[in-house]
Amino acid sequence: MISVLRSAWLIAAKDLRVEARSRELVYTTVFFAVTAVLIFAFSFVQEDSTVPPGAASGILWVTLTFSGTIALTRTFEREREHDTLRGLLLSPVERPAVYLGKLFAVLLLLAGVEAVLVPLTGLFFQAPLGRAPGLLCLLLATGTLGFASVGTLFAAMLVRARSRDVLLPVVLFPIVVPVIIAGVRGTNALFTPETDLAVVRMWLAMLVSFDAVFLSLALWTCGPLLGE
Amino acid sequence: MTRAVPVVLLIAAAMLAASPFMIDAAPPEVTMGLVQKIFYVHLPSAMIFMVSSVMCGVASAIYLMGGRSAKADRIALAAAELAIVFGLITLVTGPLWGRKAWGVWWVWDARLTSTLVMWLLYWSFVLLRRFGGAGSETLSAGVGLFGMALVPFVYWSVNVWRTLHPMTSVVPTLPASMGIPLWWDVVAFACLFGALFALRTRVERLRTDLDSALADADE
Repeated sequence: MISVLRSAWLIAAKDLRVEARSRELVYTTVFFAVTAVLIFAFSFVQEDSTVPPGAASGILWVTLTFSGTIALTRTFEREREHDTLRGLLLSPVERPAVYLGKLFAVLLLLAGVEAVLVPLTGLFFQAPLGRAPGLLCLLLATGTLGFASVGTLFAAMLVRARSRDVLLPVVLFPIVVPVIIAGVRGTNALFTPETDLAVVRMWLAMLVSFDAVFLSLALWTCGPLLGE
Repeated sequence: MTRAVPVVLLIAAAMLAASPFMIDAAPPEVTMGLVQKIFYVHLPSAMIFMVSSVMCGVASAIYLMGGRSAKADRIALAAAELAIVFGLITLVTGPLWGRKAWGVWWVWDARLTSTLVMWLLYWSFVLLRRFGGAGSETLSAGVGLFGMALVPFVYWSVNVWRTLHPMTSVVPTLPASMGIPLWWDVVAFACLFGALFALRTRVERLRTDLDSALADADE
């Protein structure tokens, strides 16, 4: 168990070091998220600068889903270009360690995106971020984990597939529907004037159980799924 | 097994041809009247949709865990394709009924939404198969397996909104005059499903046999 985590950390550190040198993913994904928020602002904000109820949480999660998908595709594209995923899979490391390492790296990248995206939603759509910052962070963390745990596995599998860029969202979006629903509804319950913390906690509980089920399923199946 | 296919298809055709007369003979439902008749098509197709999605999930799990048997893969593929067909029947008859019974074509209630999401999931299974290239068998098996684990979550997450859909617990309490045409249609749809399933797995087996024969000839 400890050795799996140590190898996973080595793989994640490798990814982060590559990223720190080029900063390609951080820059492009964050910029994509900002432009997506702008497009949403043009489509939803009314002439008198009011924001329709529920728009802020929806925009936040849709942007997160789209930029997360782009980040996932790019992370594995990098491995594919130099055929390094084969090397990674050939190295004497267990499959769960490879999967966890990739997942850590993707999670850290998405956390960076959220660090820009969340304040931006607060600024543009008057979302009350300070109302329950702890719960908001928990919602984002569990939602991102659920999205990334499924996404990393399928992105890794799709590396060798044809038309992988379009197939990742095709496969990923139906599976993460519960994450999106729980994330949007939970955040919305937090943002509405009469905040109901019990509702937020209920959605948080669903996200936690989704994470538990799909993370264990991914760890259990990544051996046969990532292939020989 | 394929020898029985024409017989089963004939049975399904005969039963489906007779079913409009049986549905006509069933008494009208008190509150919904004539619209309720669509229930005799809607519920059987929804049942077959569920059966094929479970088959797809189980076959995918067997494929992944039990050494990539080509048979499990064929079963998962045929079940996914048939889930799309019967899911389409469910999703078309449902709004037709809902328009008359609830006054709207579509509501985002737990059953409708989870049926739609699961239907899309089988589309992604089939799309992956069609456009994924080599090795897409494993990938689509992953989708089938994850899809099975997904059902309770989709249902739970959407169920928090109110549920308009009649509960299935009504079925055992149906009077025989309504129950007989219902189960008649369930059997007819099941026969149709069985025949199509046998044909589809056979076609897939022939296709892979041909592919490997071609690959051998090339060498």
